[in-house]
Amino acid sequence: MINKQLLPIEHIREIAEETFEVVLHSEISAELKPGQFVHIALHGHMLRRPVSVADVDANAKTFTIIFKIFGEGTRALSQYQQGDNLDVLLPCGSYYPVESLSLDHALLVGGGIGVPPLYYLGKTLQEKGVHVTSVLGFQSKSQVFYEKQFQQLGDTYIATNDGSYGTQGFVTDIIQQLDEPIDYYFTCGPTPMLKAVTNQLQDENGYISLEERMGCGVGTCYACVVPLRQNPKESKKICKDGPVFSANEVMLQ
Amino acid sequence: MNTTVNIPGLSLKNPVMPASGCFGFGKEYSQFYDLSKLGAIIVKAATGETRYGNTTPRVAETSSGMLNAIGLQNPGVERIVAEELPFLRTYETSVIANVAGSTVEEYVKVANGLNHSVDISALELNISCPNVKEGGVQFGTDPELAKEVTYKVKEVSRYPVYVKLSPNVSDITTMAKAVVDGGADGLSMINTLTGMQMNLKQRKPIIANQTGGLSGPAIKPIAIRMIYQVRQMMDVPIIGMGGIVTSEDVLEFLLAGANAVAVGTANFQNPFACPEIIEQLPKTLHQYGFSSVEDAIGKGHVT
Ligand SMILES: Cc1cc2nc3c(=O)[nH]c(=O)nc-3n(C[C@H](O)[C@H](O)[C@H](O)COP(=O)(O)OP(=O)(O)OC[C@H]3O[C@@H](n4cnc5c(N)ncnc54)[C@H](O)[C@@H]3O)c2cc1C
Ligand SMILES: Cc1cc2nc3c(=O)[nH]c(=O)nc-3n(C[C@H](O)[C@H](O)[C@H](O)COP(=O)(O)O)c2cc1C
Ligand code: FES
Repeated sequence: MINKQLLPIEHIREIAEETFEVVLHSEISAELKPGQFVHIALHGHMLRRPVSVADVDANAKTFTIIFKIFGEGTRALSQYQQGDNLDVLLPCGSYYPVESLSLDHALLVGGGIGVPPLYYLGKTLQEKGVHVTSVLGFQSKSQVFYEKQFQQLGDTYIATNDGSYGTQGFVTDIIQQLDEPIDYYFTCGPTPMLKAVTNQLQDENGYISLEERMGCGVGTCYACVVPLRQNPKESKKICKDGPVFSANEVMLQ
Repeated sequence: MNTTVNIPGLSLKNPVMPASGCFGFGKEYSQFYDLSKLGAIIVKAATGETRYGNTTPRVAETSSGMLNAIGLQNPGVERIVAEELPFLRTYETSVIANVAGSTVEEYVKVANGLNHSVDISALELNISCPNVKEGGVQFGTDPELAKEVTYKVKEVSRYPVYVKLSPNVSDITTMAKAVVDGGADGLSMINTLTGMQMNLKQRKPIIANQTGGLSGPAIKPIAIRMIYQVRQMMDVPIIGMGGIVTSEDVLEFLLAGANAVAVGTANFQNPFACPEIIEQLPKTLHQYGFSSVEDAIGKGHVT
């Protein structure tokens, strides 16, 4: 069940170039699962903005989102202050089925604004005793965030497009050099990256998380559909059936 | 405060209903509130067969509105009647089915299919669809085509038919007159206005279909003007829509001549838009000196 809540901002800070971390207080924070998103209303904007849950602190009843300034809406969001309230729909969408999977070693692959949901996922996996390896891609050094946090979960490799930090190139260049076997991979990021990663890891079991422009965000308007691989005449809604899908379930466009 | 409205096939406890395409078939919004609060519900369009719709992106945000090019994605009339509409039975509200098609025959097929449903009270005929047999010209922009499709659907349907007018015409009264001549029991207006928005980074339209339908507060003055013009000319029942967000907006539509109203895009911004408007409406009517909804209908006309 999705709720509409007015949530106070506990803190907001810039953690990398034009990248912000916001902690919100909600009584139902503990219900949020890794992979789910929240749908945020902004003054003067007709449509809400979907942003992934990046972390949850069940005791403090808070959760974290991390976003990058992309256009007008995220720029407006970056100007909110501690103590301001945000109008949020939550929890939205599907989640990584951590509870029902049995696995020893997980590979997390994130690109840019696809990195945040993987942090909460990685933490949840670690609590389950799963060995976690993370491969994160960013455009350049100034955009890298949460490296230390990921390192606490396990081996963490960073790639930057311009080579200003970590390995120069793409996440796939790093994945190629990993030699430990994995049970599942989990990936979130821009569609070209998802395509490359699912191709490269086609013999492995995996889950992907997709993005699309949304209208309602709750499953009524058919704005956010993605065709099924088996039958492209049928589709799923990213806001309701997704954003998390099994890697071979949907067609990446 | 008496908020009831009676129009063909519909005795509404209040004049507010969600607009077609902005509420699915009700399930998702039923998690937010009791749908029995609604005057009625207009469900997503039904076509003859399952439709996949357009490629994505299908929506874009604009100043005070949005563009959409969903492409009438829906499971087809048979599955809608069998699998979607029965869910709404449990609620004390009327259901209006939205009928779409690419040929007159398809509209008739959908109307026939909906005759098998016991869960609806009226049809809304979406004539803002391209006619594939007439080179893609919208039924809703050609008075003869609009009249013909209305007549053919009226011939087979056991339900009252509200024809939903497209605003993409230079004279709305010609279209209104044509569909009333075709036998329409009422009008619903307005559908979206064709628009386009550019993606600056990619140097191309944001919406994959290139054009999309503009909705939201940006189109409200156009809706008000068109309803006013039609009401000046005839006494037909009108369900008004286009940019409604508040109960003051509803009053504006009533004054222009709408008998009832539908709320579309506002549901996306605020899932509680409809029940909040319904709760506010009596206060707003009272504040502006009206004792009932009926009392306000058409009262904005200068003679
Ligand atoms: C499930 C999901 C989770 C996401 N999680 C994050 C996250 O954790 N951190 C983060 O920084 N970003 C995330 N995004 C992307 C984020 O929603 C967009 O960057 C944001 O909506 C852009 O809004 P804007 O007003 O700044 O951009 P504008 O281009 O001005 O926005 C115009 C419209 O397009 C939509 N839009 C533009 N880009 C996207 C996009 N990539 N995805 C969906 N809608 C878009 C906007 O919502 C708005 O309706 C997520 C997207 C989805 C679908
Ligand atoms: C995403 C979306 C989907 C729509 N789908 C339909 C539809 O299937 N049939 C229809 O007659 N109108 C459809 N409409 C038009 C609305 O019912 C309504 O006429 C229009 O949006 C104006 O009202 P608003 O400004 O309150 O949204 C759709 C509108 C939107 C935004
Ligand atoms: S955004 Fe409306 S169905 Fe997904």
